[in-house]
Amino acid sequence: MEQEVKELTPWEKVQISRHPQRPLTIDYIENLFEDFVELHGDRLYGDDPALIGGIGIFRDQGVVIIGHNKGKNVKENVSRNFGMPHPEGYRKALRLMRLAERWHLPVISFIDTPGAYPGIGAEERGQAEAIGRNILEAFEIRTPILVVVIGEGGSGGALGIGVGDRILMLENAIYSVISPEGCAAIIWKDSKQAERAASALKLTAQDLLRFNIIDEIIPEPPGGAHNDINATIKAVEESIARNLEMICSKDLDSLLEERYQKVRRIGIFEEKLVPKAGVEPARSPSST
Amino acid sequence: MHISDWFSRKPKYAVLKPEKKEIPEGLWTRCPKCLEILYNKELERNLKVCSKCGYHFKLGAWERIYQIVDDKEFYELDGNLESVDALPFNDGIYLDKLRESKEGTGLNEAIVTGRGKIEGFDVFLGVFDFGFIGGSMASVVGEKVTRLFEYGTRDGLPVIIVTATGGARMYEGMLSLMQMAKTNAALSRYRKKGGLFISVLSDPSTAGVMASFASQGDVIIAEPGALIGFAGPRVIEQTIKQKLPEGFQSSEFVFQHGMVDMIVERSKLKSTIGRIIRIWNKRLKN
Ligand SMILES: [Zn+2]
Repeated sequence: MEQEVKELTPWEKVQISRHPQRPLTIDYIENLFEDFVELHGDRLYGDDPALIGGIGIFRDQGVVIIGHNKGKNVKENVSRNFGMPHPEGYRKALRLMRLAERWHLPVISFIDTPGAYPGIGAEERGQAEAIGRNILEAFEIRTPILVVVIGEGGSGGALGIGVGDRILMLENAIYSVISPEGCAAIIWKDSKQAERAASALKLTAQDLLRFNIIDEIIPEPPGGAHNDINATIKAVEESIARNLEMICSKDLDSLLEERYQKVRRIGIFEEKLVPKAGVEPARSPSST
Repeated sequence: MHISDWFSRKPKYAVLKPEKKEIPEGLWTRCPKCLEILYNKELERNLKVCSKCGYHFKLGAWERIYQIVDDKEFYELDGNLESVDALPFNDGIYLDKLRESKEGTGLNEAIVTGRGKIEGFDVFLGVFDFGFIGGSMASVVGEKVTRLFEYGTRDGLPVIIVTATGGARMYEGMLSLMQMAKTNAALSRYRKKGGLFISVLSDPSTAGVMASFASQGDVIIAEPGALIGFAGPRVIEQTIKQKLPEGFQSSEFVFQHGMVDMIVERSKLKSTIGRIIRIWNKRLKN
């Protein structure tokens, strides 16, 4: 029988999701895919080491793989910019998604970033445009897309490669509109209130499943993925296999319709009743 | 008789009750850029642009709507959508924010959407109000923008959105972030039908709204001197640990870097939009 484990707080999950020994996109690539061939460059400006892309084979199925990649140590983190992409990264990802569409390969996207990089070059080259375009065109890509949030899902920088048909999330991964530190700095003018912000933001996998923003939680070993990397990779593999089969068996029209409808339903608000009676001024002109 | 005969949740056209124009208190306003003292009536007449240096003051949503629709006639849509504390976010501070913003702006959300005419052409128009929690996008704003694209798709009409926003609203957490995906999904369908989407970027237009539909206009127009970008300048300065150059992320900067089609003064905005729609209207029909 499994032992009862104490439920981790959101702030503890934030720490675990950023743990230096937590498996990275590169670890999943090395362990889950045969014959990975890395493809570089956005064909527009440069290559972004913060976002890895390429092709490989997952259980005899050709796939396109994209993912943010942090480094394993300080040196690697510097060269990979801590997994914070520039526009080139997003544009490379889009290029590879279009390639996947032409070749009829499913896309597997790994999310693990503190956010898109806020810097001078990134602004000059249109960070917002690059992310916005990826999000838009993801709804038009006629091939299955599977998204796995493996560590940090940092806001728009995550969503830039985060639109897909099934969104899976590791048990202690986080996905948030803003970092808890950033949120605390704005609301309480004190980034030390980050723990409070982490609870307020509802950024855990369990919260996001409840809001139908993700589809499935992949369990982690007790204490977090870094405690048993092999077990984590195995669990991710099993989940990818099952979900990939599910989305690859659908015809593309219904797949894209479902991709749209799932997102269309997200949002919680009140629609107040308003009296029908009274003046009905302008009917919409050309509608029927 | 069933209650649904009397009440409806369907999108509807409601008559706009023209609200009182907000005239700044006092007779004079100081231009924050050139420090000139401006006579308020004169400033209003000049569409809230400094007559001395051309500084474009921020506009409230209704001020903007009145400036660009024909005959000040506008039919608001989906004004009955109200935000709720869905997460809920830390002991009701979101509800306090909403209440403050409603009182401060007289609006019930950070965008007003509806239908009107511009230079004789029917359009769906959405205008952000920066005074409402920084023009941020959460569930209601996302839903209203999404519906606006859906109406545009249904009726084959242009969609014009004027942004003034700091991005996704943190008080609704990931529900806010996902509005970026929802609005862009609807925009994708609108584009497929050949729709015309004009994105007008006013001061400021950044973050989550810029990284979704606002940066994806068929035509993108910036107002002079607006702050436009992804990350806020303070965040960038903290990250790179240096001061940003003068004019960084200004309309002129993003124009120079190819991110917008044109910078248009407020007095020319309506006629510019009209000219683009006129050309779009003369497209091949087969
Ligand atoms: Zn001035």
